[in-house]
Amino acid sequence: MPDATFLDSTELVLNMGPQHPSTHGVLRVILKLDGEKVLGTECVIGYLHRGVEKIAENRTYAQFNPYVDRMDYVAAVSNGLGYCLAVEKLLNVEAPPRAQAVRVILTELNRIASHLLWLGTHALDIGAITPVFYCFREREEALKIFEKYCGARLTTHAFRIGGLQYETYDGFEQDIRAFCDMFLPKVDEYEELLTNNRIWVGRLKGIGVLTADECKEYGVTGPVLRAAGVKWDLRKAQPYSGYDKYEFDIPTGRNADTYDRYLVRMEEMRQSVRIMRQAVAGLPEGPIMGKVGKVIKPAVGEAYVSIEAPKGELGYYVVSDGSTQPYRVRVRPPSFVNLQSLDRMVSGGLVADVVAIIGTLDIVLGEVDR
Amino acid sequence: MNLLKKVFLVDLFQGLWVTFRNQNPKFIYTEQYPAERPKVAERYRGAPRLNVNPENGETLCIACNLCALACPEALIVVTSERNEETRRKELTTFTYDTSRCMFCGLCEDACPVDALELTQDFELATYTREGQIWDRQMLEEGPKPTPYRC
Repeated sequence: MPDATFLDSTELVLNMGPQHPSTHGVLRVILKLDGEKVLGTECVIGYLHRGVEKIAENRTYAQFNPYVDRMDYVAAVSNGLGYCLAVEKLLNVEAPPRAQAVRVILTELNRIASHLLWLGTHALDIGAITPVFYCFREREEALKIFEKYCGARLTTHAFRIGGLQYETYDGFEQDIRAFCDMFLPKVDEYEELLTNNRIWVGRLKGIGVLTADECKEYGVTGPVLRAAGVKWDLRKAQPYSGYDKYEFDIPTGRNADTYDRYLVRMEEMRQSVRIMRQAVAGLPEGPIMGKVGKVIKPAVGEAYVSIEAPKGELGYYVVSDGSTQPYRVRVRPPSFVNLQSLDRMVSGGLVADVVAIIGTLDIVLGEVDR
Repeated sequence: MNLLKKVFLVDLFQGLWVTFRNQNPKFIYTEQYPAERPKVAERYRGAPRLNVNPENGETLCIACNLCALACPEALIVVTSERNEETRRKELTTFTYDTSRCMFCGLCEDACPVDALELTQDFELATYTREGQIWDRQMLEEGPKPTPYRC
């Protein structure tokens, strides 16, 4: 932790943020510098704290559902899925097969949208301005599908406890297929722009190395862990919502650096397209709502469900005291846990790499502060 | 080979070729918003509306208060009085605070008679805070944004 009181004559304490464009929100990083070299960092968080977990204690189970969208607002669908699965586990019900398949399609679409936002802003931080426009162009198509399906683009509130509120619209399957066909060549296009670009490679290779052991020590999950060579994906490790029916690979890296994390996320987008294609092809008919009463009143107990959100393991721990309101909801957000490794990755490097490393962690401050 | 690639900046021209392909003036993605209003999806969750019977103009709302109970922000207030002749509850006032609304759609899901509905209107800006609190008349008529003239 940088202490401004005892500095050598060459040392300098610098505030980065909370209004710095490359901190992806309101993150404040206090840097202790020796010239260009970073000696240590301290993250100051909480600028976006809204007390979401406390709000849950004053809402019914169904009423809290829209609030979870506002934590990781670029991957709202994944948040909704995690919360719904946790309450469904508490109620001991399961969503019908059709609802599960639609959930898989929408969460994978949301994973692509989230990764596109990450790619655009990450490239923008490094200095490549073109990808952000291309990424937002394709992200718009994904958001249009969300808007057509549930009526909102960002904070979707797409799922309900027990299944889905909305039946798919006419042309949903064609829209998803058209998106898949359109999107795969675009990923190649991004790769053409960046993968071999000498500035991109020079800025990312060997930067922010976090080995597999260090990842496990910090509890880092998601693409950061997979880039370190650990084949760990909750969709495969503990399949939920029918993910065991779909065939896909877990992309891993070797060098555990920022460049490998970029490659892992690019491959993840391709795998998401693969899952969506399988899910649309085998979309079953049937009801979309499970056996859940109008008033959701689980028995006394607790449930923990974790899912693979675009940023890593997203866990929901819900405790019920037998009333209509949850006794406690605890969220295990991937961004918050991944952010703890920032100091290890940044220390000893250069100031310019701090920007690249914050970008590669893919944090959303709404989720860090909750 | 690698040296030649480096000298002739192959990676750079590869990227430039992508941007060249994408610069066709036919590819327009910007929406000219105030001049051209976007067409939002049919299920879009925008301004709330209290539906009336198109034949006689009577409200469809039966004042059951389910929307107020479903709302996470408790921003709907419904009052009603009992009509002694027909022995039924009749709606008197209905207020909806759009400044606190997050357009989650739980109220329209709760409505048993499809009286409350979130519509495709999305221009909800007002000049005063009080203007954000909609009364029954405003909810039935819907917002009337001034069209933009260019």
